[in-house]
Order: sequence, then structure tokens, then C-alpha cells
Amino acid sequence: MSTVPASSTPASASPAPEKVRARITAVTSGKGGVGKTFLSANLASALSRRGERVLVLDADLGLANLDVVLNLFPKITLHDVFTGKAELNDAILPAPGGFSVMLAGSGLVEYSRLTADIREKLLSVIQQVAPRFDRILLDTGAGISDVVLYAVSLADSVLIVATPEPTSLTDAYATIKVLATQQNRRLIKLVVNQVNRVGEGRVIRGQLQQVVDRFVGPSLPVEPGVSPGVKLDLLGEIPIDLAVREAVQKRQLLMEWMPGCEAAKGIRAVAEKLAP
Amino acid sequence: MTDLQLGPSLQLLAQAGYAFPPHLVEGSQPWLQALIDGLCDLSSRDALTGQANRRQFELALAREIDRVARAGEPALVLMADIDHFKKVNDTHGHSAGDMVLKAVAKVLQDCVRPMDTVARFGGEEFAIILPNCPPTFAQAVAERIRAKVQALKVAAAQGLEIEVTISLGGAFAPQWVRSSAALWIERADQQLYRAKAEGRNRACLEQPALPQVSAEEKGLLLGTLLQFEDPE
Repeated sequence: MSTVPASSTPASASPAPEKVRARITAVTSGKGGVGKTFLSANLASALSRRGERVLVLDADLGLANLDVVLNLFPKITLHDVFTGKAELNDAILPAPGGFSVMLAGSGLVEYSRLTADIREKLLSVIQQVAPRFDRILLDTGAGISDVVLYAVSLADSVLIVATPEPTSLTDAYATIKVLATQQNRRLIKLVVNQVNRVGEGRVIRGQLQQVVDRFVGPSLPVEPGVSPGVKLDLLGEIPIDLAVREAVQKRQLLMEWMPGCEAAKGIRAVAEKLAP
Repeated sequence: MTDLQLGPSLQLLAQAGYAFPPHLVEGSQPWLQALIDGLCDLSSRDALTGQANRRQFELALAREIDRVARAGEPALVLMADIDHFKKVNDTHGHSAGDMVLKAVAKVLQDCVRPMDTVARFGGEEFAIILPNCPPTFAQAVAERIRAKVQALKVAAAQGLEIEVTISLGGAFAPQWVRSSAALWIERADQQLYRAKAEGRNRACLEQPALPQVSAEEKGLLLGTLLQFEDPE
């Protein structure tokens, strides 16, 4: 993992008068089925409405379903690029929400074990596309497999999606712990999906922060100039909303299907907080 | 219906001891369905041991990979190989070897739950799929199978009791990630090689990289949350 860019320091460490490459945000979760891909796609739509050039890269190499969410039939995928069957440019596809996507393709199942070859190829793809976008969202798999950890390690920032469910929270906590101890992440963004009432996201962030402060923070090395411990930054909460299920069933982006619904408002708020 | 050539099928089923459900009229649709069911069953089983054959095993494994990828439940594949089986054949003959295979297959089946799939993978190698088998129990399950086989005495002929041992290798499906069947089996096989290399008659399992969340951490994380759920 020596090729991984330093992840603990934000971009402010090097003064960049002009943006030379996209900010890369990994979207991950401890548990599967919490709405990670749904959020990635709709967040990309919300960000591109704010004028950002956004690419969603399907980094869930083992279990890609971004194409299902977006109702895209992938003609050219990362798999084709990796195997030399297609040019990188041809794998950048326009998505319905005004952003771009790169799909993994189901041929990538074999990559559920991360080889050095795949690591290099993925890194190379990201380096090549980074200058052309303002933001790249890496839609990773759930859990903490080596593929997920590697994809997250390529990102400038990491966003964890959790729901108020106990198993989701426990798995989110486990992921935070691994990212803090193995990748020295000191700032982790959090989105709480499927909240039952206003303010539940804040309570959950507080809960997670409390456990992190007690059990993870003290074990981390103290670095000069870096505030000790791990800080969880709540980007927002998305309420349970029937419109989400409808949009998913219709294979539509929520931001297009029902942009005025409560969940869509929640996603726009997340986009606003994510964008500087 | 009468144009169908059913002779070879009926012969196969009779040879396998297949009994049609009673009161079916020969040539009727329910009778034909029973015949097809019988053929399906026949083509999914190993002729010698009666366990799932390689084809059936691959179907079951593909289903399990789908489930684990989406549901994230733990699942274990065990590969079991009879130690020094060639010696059994060479010393006592192939029919004794067949009896050992049958007896071992039965022990494997008796050691697992009905939901598990025991298959003859090939030769003297068996494969077992154990859905929803958490790592904490896996070693105990594998060890139980190993011990039961060791205790087995196969009465191969008058006054001849054969004792065998098996080596087991196991690997868990990577949770949330769609693995390929070939990779999963290969990882279990690697553990089997390890068991053989370490002296046989043992079970080696791949250690999964699990995040450690202690009960204390869980309590702090979820404890006050439950209070929040409780309206005063």
C-alpha cells in the first residue's frame, strides 16, 4: 500500500491556487443495504446541480449495482479497460442526473481478492480521470474487505453511511475503528440514512463519537499539529421516505423523480455541506 | 406421449432403486413428472455415496455466494480429504475402498445440519457448504467431523475393520463481496494442503479478518440509544 497518497492531511497542507484535480470522496458503510449506492448516485446529482463536474466510480468491484440504480445498461466497463478491450475515455458514461459514471462490470468478480495488479490499475484509472472532474465519488463495497479498504485509501475524504439500526451502527463503528487505526483517518464524514425523526442523526453521531473517543482515540498516535482523536462530521440525515422506495422501484434518481420530497431535501443538504 | 422413448430412463431409475409414488397411471402427466423428478434427483447425486455430486455442489455454492454477497451472513466451505486413501485401495482392494468412501460420506452427513450440503467433490475428496456458520463455531464443527471419522470403524469384510482419518481445510466467504466459486474453493483447498502438510488428521481454517468490537464498546454504543428509543 506504499503507493497510497497520504490520507490524513487535508488538501490545505499544500497551497493550491488552482484546483488541479478532483476531490475524491469514498462513500462506504459498515453494513450492506443501507443505501450507499442510492446516496452516491443522488448526491452526485445534487452536486452536479450545484455546478460541480462529478464522476461516480463504481469501486464496489465485487458487487456492482450502480448500473441497476441508474437504469444503465453498461456497454463499456472498468473491466473492459482493465483487460485492454476499451479505452478509458469510452468507459466514462453520462448518467441521467447530469453527472458521469464509470461502472465496474460484473466481469470484475474475480477482483474480490485484491491483487497488486488490480491495485495499480485502479490507481492509474483514478489518476487519469481526476484532472477532468471537480469531484469523484467512489462507491465502495460495504464492510472492511481489502478491496474496500484500498478504495477508501485512494480518497481524500471518507463518508460513512449508516442507518439507526443497531447492526448498521455496530458495523459503522467497526469501519471507523479500522479506518482510524489502519489508515490514520482523523476526520470521517457521516450521513445517517432512514432516520425516523428529526434530530436522530445528531443523536447517533454523538453516540458514535462517544465510543470512538473512549475506545479508539486514546490508541492513536499523537501527531504535532493534528488534533488528537477522530472527529465524526455529520453531513446530514435523510428521513425514511416512501418516495425513495418508489424511485428505486422505477429505477429513477430520487432527485429527478421527486426532487421536493423530504429525503431529497436531506440529500441536497448533505451536498451543500460536502461542497466547500 | 407414446412417442417418448422412456426405456433408458426407466432402466436408470430402476437400477438406482427409485420407487414411483403409488397410484400413478403409467404415461399420465403426474407419472411423467415423477419420472422427471426421479431423473433430476439421480443427476444431482453421486452414484456411490448418494451425496450431492459435483454438479449439485456447484449449484448450491453459487446460490450461497449470492446470499452471502447481499445478506453478509457468514458462510463456510470445508474441503475434506481421506488421508492415505490410496493405501486403503492398495491394501484391501477397491470394493473395501468404496465402503470406506460410503461410510465416511455418511459420517459427514450425520455431523452437519439439514441445511448444509455435503458433496463428493471428486475421488476421496468431499466438500461441505455450511451457510450461516459464524467463525466462532467453525473450528468446533470441523473438529467434530474430524473426530467422528477417526472413531469410525468400517466393516469392510468378515473380520476386517478399516480405520481412516481425514484432513479438513476451511475458508469463509468474504462477507458483502461477491466471490467466485473457484476462488472460494481454492482458499479452502489451501487450508486443506496446510492440514496435510502439518501431519494430516486435523482441521485448518482460514482466519477471517474481523473487526473486533468488544461487548463494552457495543454497550456504550447502543445502550443509551435504546433509552432514546424509549419514550418517557
